[in-house]
Amino acid sequence: MAECSELIKELANKYGRERSSLLPILQGVVERQNFLSDTCMTDIAKELDLSAAQVFGTATFYSFLDTEPRGKFVIRVCKTITCDMHGKKTIIQTLEDMLKIKVGETTPNKKFTLLETNCLGWCHEGPAMLINEIPFSGLTTEKIHDIISDYITK
Amino acid sequence: MSDQSLKRVDLIFGEYSNVKYKILADTLARTNDAILKDILDSGLRGRGGAGFPTAMKWKYTAETTSEEKYVICNADEGEPGTFKDREILLRVPRKVFSGMAICGKVIGSKKGYMYLRGEYRFMLNDLNRELDIYHEHAKKLGFDFTIEIRLGSGAYICGEESALFESMEGGRGEPRNKPPYPTTSGFMKKPTVINNVETFVNVMMIMRLGPDQYKKLGTTDSRGSKVFSVSGDTPIPGIYELELGMPLDRFVDEFGDGDTKAVQVGGASGFCVPRKKFKDTVIGFEGVPTGGSMMIFNSSRSMYNVLHNYLEFFQEESCGQCTPCRVGCQQLLKGIVAVKKGEKKAAYLDQLMKLSESMKITAKCGLGQSVANSFSSIVNNFKEEMIY
Repeated sequence: MAECSELIKELANKYGRERSSLLPILQGVVERQNFLSDTCMTDIAKELDLSAAQVFGTATFYSFLDTEPRGKFVIRVCKTITCDMHGKKTIIQTLEDMLKIKVGETTPNKKFTLLETNCLGWCHEGPAMLINEIPFSGLTTEKIHDIISDYITK
Repeated sequence: MSDQSLKRVDLIFGEYSNVKYKILADTLARTNDAILKDILDSGLRGRGGAGFPTAMKWKYTAETTSEEKYVICNADEGEPGTFKDREILLRVPRKVFSGMAICGKVIGSKKGYMYLRGEYRFMLNDLNRELDIYHEHAKKLGFDFTIEIRLGSGAYICGEESALFESMEGGRGEPRNKPPYPTTSGFMKKPTVINNVETFVNVMMIMRLGPDQYKKLGTTDSRGSKVFSVSGDTPIPGIYELELGMPLDRFVDEFGDGDTKAVQVGGASGFCVPRKKFKDTVIGFEGVPTGGSMMIFNSSRSMYNVLHNYLEFFQEESCGQCTPCRVGCQQLLKGIVAVKKGEKKAAYLDQLMKLSESMKITAKCGLGQSVANSFSSIVNNFKEEMIY
């Protein structure tokens, strides 16, 4: 992907070519391209003079560094205890019905990916979720309808 | 009634001084020894959960000779039930950055980092705007200490300090062997002070109030106030700043819904306290320590489901580096499922208990070692719920 190597150069110029620049660069690619392709990761290895194993090793460790294609909007619903107690299952069900996908899947138009994640730090206002970096808490079926209807138009 | 209710404190979220970065400016004019003495006298212990005396950490790092030293603020808050650092960073980030800067002065460091969990990326722009103000004031004061924010990417284990260094260095978040400790070999193998968000704010409180007034809060073993994250079956979930050293029964009186069956103190890696032990349990370093997470469960909750949720969490968040934790978490989860389904006899729980005890002794870091806390406290106190 020519576009990917351009982006990597841009990010490396911004963050540097040290090993410690790796995480910000990986995060930058995910932010712009929604995921890290194999080619992209080998290109990063070349640009930073690291082995592909080092780049793949780091990338696959972190749950927010997706190495599979994701939609434009990645929805991560908190599944940790207090959100689970306060109705996470209904939230997931509502999202699955609205988006017509299951947890782990991406809509055919590549707009939404639905995932579960561990504690998001909104336990007092659960259930909670992130859409990309934006948190939503105190979720109800109605709220989900409003939020998703809004994102569908984005 | 005053005797019964818990003492609320409003220091951590208290307003900024009228003049921006005034306390920082005043403190920078003092000697390092005087600052360290105040922190030592205050009795401040780290607010991330482990409770190491802050003054000692700073002193050891200050005494280590090195061209480069680092100050790191651990904002990788990921313990289930904890959300205090998010609240602090949203409301009073200036106090956090000021605390980091004071640490920089005391230990002789020119560079600080905040490691902010990826889940909190939504705060990044606001925090960077506050950092611009900080850097402007530091420049005016002629103080050479810059702060940069690094983001995590969704890994609980990176809240463990040496895993956090690995992550900042571009690696997998796998904890290192200790010793060496960060005070001699931390980020980039250089002497490093790493403290929790709330600890840095406490330093600012001590600088403002003086150690004597600060010490009036809390108990001998647990000085000062603490920000508690209260969630679960409570009519009033949220953030509360309370004195340390409070008895759990009074906490439950105030925050429970009248039907409290158990309180998980210190998150999934902490301890589950059943109703019959509320009276004898003190929240603080002399009793059950907590990084602030207080999750309340009422009698409608299945403690089996609670434990199942925790074990799933640990199984996913284990870095996988050492066998006791990687395999142990999987086996504990498989084990309780098998007992519940009747595929294994109830006595199998004793085997699992032994496994969790071995994890406590042999796991490389706090994650694997602390799985036994919630495992044994839930299984011992709610055995029948595990079986039937």
